[in-house]
Amino acid sequence: MADAAAHGAHDHRPGFFTRWFMSTNHKDIGILYIFTAAALGIISVAFTMFMRLELMDPGVQYMCMEGFAAAECTPNGHLWNVMITGHGVLMMFFVVIPLLFGGFGNYFMPLMIGAPDMAFPRMNNLSFWMFFAGATLAVLSVVMPGGNGQLGAGVGWVLYAPLSTNEQGFAMDLAIFAVHLSGASSILGAINMITTFLNMRAPGMTLFKVPLFAWSIMVTAMLILFALPVLAGAITMLLTDRNFGTTFFDPAGGGDPVLYQHILWFFGHPEVYIIIVPAFGIISHVISTFAKKPIFGYLGMVWAMIGIGVLGFVVWAHHMYTVGMSANAQAYFMLATMVIAVPTGIKVFSWIATMWGGSIEFKTPMLWAFGFLFLFTVGGVTGIILSQAAVDRAYHDTYYVVAHFHYVMSLGAVFGIFAGIYYWFGKMSGRQYPEWAGKLHFWMMFIGANITFFPQHFLGRQGMPRRYIDYPEQFALWNYVSSWGAFLSGASLLFFLWIVWYTLTRGEKVTEPAYWGPHAETLEWTLSNPPPEHTFETLPTRDMWDKQHH
Amino acid sequence: MAHEKNHDYHIIAPSIWPFLGAMSAFVMLFGAVLWFHDYTPLIAVVGLLGVLYVMYGWWSEVVAESQAGDHTPVVSIGLRYGVIMFIASEVAFFSAWFWSFFKHAIYPMADVATKTTATAYGADGVWPPVGIETFDPWHLPLINTLILLCSGCAATWAHHAVQEGDRDGLKWGLLIAVLLGVLFTVTQAYEYSHAAFGFAGNIYGANFYMATGFHGFHVIVGTIFLAVCYIRALKGHFTPEKHIGFEAAVWYWHFVDVVWLFLFMAVYIWGA
Repeated sequence: MADAAAHGAHDHRPGFFTRWFMSTNHKDIGILYIFTAAALGIISVAFTMFMRLELMDPGVQYMCMEGFAAAECTPNGHLWNVMITGHGVLMMFFVVIPLLFGGFGNYFMPLMIGAPDMAFPRMNNLSFWMFFAGATLAVLSVVMPGGNGQLGAGVGWVLYAPLSTNEQGFAMDLAIFAVHLSGASSILGAINMITTFLNMRAPGMTLFKVPLFAWSIMVTAMLILFALPVLAGAITMLLTDRNFGTTFFDPAGGGDPVLYQHILWFFGHPEVYIIIVPAFGIISHVISTFAKKPIFGYLGMVWAMIGIGVLGFVVWAHHMYTVGMSANAQAYFMLATMVIAVPTGIKVFSWIATMWGGSIEFKTPMLWAFGFLFLFTVGGVTGIILSQAAVDRAYHDTYYVVAHFHYVMSLGAVFGIFAGIYYWFGKMSGRQYPEWAGKLHFWMMFIGANITFFPQHFLGRQGMPRRYIDYPEQFALWNYVSSWGAFLSGASLLFFLWIVWYTLTRGEKVTEPAYWGPHAETLEWTLSNPPPEHTFETLPTRDMWDKQHH
Repeated sequence: MAHEKNHDYHIIAPSIWPFLGAMSAFVMLFGAVLWFHDYTPLIAVVGLLGVLYVMYGWWSEVVAESQAGDHTPVVSIGLRYGVIMFIASEVAFFSAWFWSFFKHAIYPMADVATKTTATAYGADGVWPPVGIETFDPWHLPLINTLILLCSGCAATWAHHAVQEGDRDGLKWGLLIAVLLGVLFTVTQAYEYSHAAFGFAGNIYGANFYMATGFHGFHVIVGTIFLAVCYIRALKGHFTPEKHIGFEAAVWYWHFVDVVWLFLFMAVYIWGA
């Protein structure tokens, strides 16, 4: 595409409403996903700032029945519960997946495989607007009449029965429908991604020549396709238990609340891989680009992702060791869970091997990739510890678990998101962020996130339970430290918003298609910044993407 | 457009249907929540009508595109992948109902009223639960099984007919498949109206109605899908080379068939 730069000038973009509300363009829909999910992420992070403020000191100072920080404070436990539920539901369903899978997946998967668009461009837009509608219901579930005569659903993102089947009010039903819509949106998106991946690869691009990010989206889509419908069943049972008097989860009518946990986690464990696997893909490209070497062990990387995906479906009950399963069942789930460390290890060591002997350049995306590697490995190691059924007796529902899954998700997946944003910002917007600002953002967030979550391991080991508004005096020190870390991370996000604003309005224009140099080899680097409205109207030839071919 | 497309993929012009569809779904679900809490059902109905209207408008557009020749061989393969993936997700959806059914059938909970201590897995009850009078599987359920299988055969007949260019066979096969589908739904409704157990208050009814009810809903959807294909067959839309929409309907119909066979074996025969 020698005329790529000139190509952009010929664009006749449709009008505002047509472009953003009626879009059938994978790049525009990707942008819609990224901005909407980021806005929801800010709401969700704001909840955590409020929570960390409350947890800063023992006693309840801010979440009062009388209003914010009332002098005579009666603790408002329901408000606390609404905050943790809102944070969890938004992050799990409406922030990370839409950003990685909906946003980057939509924008870059078709470009990497040389497809002119998605297989079903209209359905692609339906996915986005259903996600938007679901997100609106989720936000409404925080502010509509809920349990305890107050506003909002306060049952935790897992929506465990019997709490979720008994809570009064609209809010819980809205949360359930929010998850329904988000699930339907993800399933349609997954069908679209799989079809695009299987049917629209550039001539000569066989399955094991596909770039790793495109593979990561394929694996994620398969997980979504088989996990989300099962969740839809479980929450439909919640809905009928709440509104039509069924007793799926009510022992008074022969039902079983533990059944809900099983079905929820049959979805829930694949869900955590749905969240992290696209980040694996991004990290592979970033490390390869900035170590100036092809990725080490490409085939192993692909099969590791597939292996993680398959194993993700058979380990669910390690989330519920304490419900009274037989020892055999616990032994099985423990073993199966530890097996996942093998493909995960393949990935981590392959990333390290890619850097080995490379000429490493510490540009901002590479810093985030380094941060990802460190934090994800810490979270992975605590995961191995938690996989022991016996040890989990002590750690279950403590802050150790909170620290563990925030290291893999809040830090692993989110660092993957930022690596992607900084890696592709110039490609998507045509303008580049100031390098110093990206680096400052990284160090603020890296230090802030570690100060937030590392002490939570100590709190968990000391026995501090999760999901509580208050705690005894002896947990004061590390909670205080953790809150300051959270505020530093929050400040880094505000700084990031400034970076986005600055870059979009006055960032330096980038005209070089492959602005990270010759080691960013995938097809999006052959296009202008930003790419023209329609890409690959003539399908790419093999020498454009297969650098080892010659 | 400065550049013409130089490939066989289908690039679609901007469309209002997705936006309208998602907004209708929002209105429908928000209205449903109001309805559940004894406010008006009106909003939910308006939303539902919106969803139905979008389905009609959108798929009419797809049919028109197919007739205009937009569905090139490579696009047709993509459509097939799409249908297969959709059916795969439906299988996963039904696995939730079977999971609940098998859990409660194999590990039935004890009657809490007579239990003194709670165990996490109080799996010492009986199945079907005490006091539940189940259907005789060799009565209406067997007849319904035969009806649905015959309908599947008729759909397959129609499928082979279209491949051989036999237009009359296609129309008759489809018509019979649709009528038998309707008969299945009627029989199922008749059976429901004679059930000795309700949906609410007992786990047997909850599992039974949820599993067979969602299946029945899929039968209705499949019947409409086949009926649309019948109308399209009358208009001469299908050729031996190109009949993706019809093929999708037949695949879907066979999926509904197979789910029923599992329901018949597990819920009606084994579970009674």
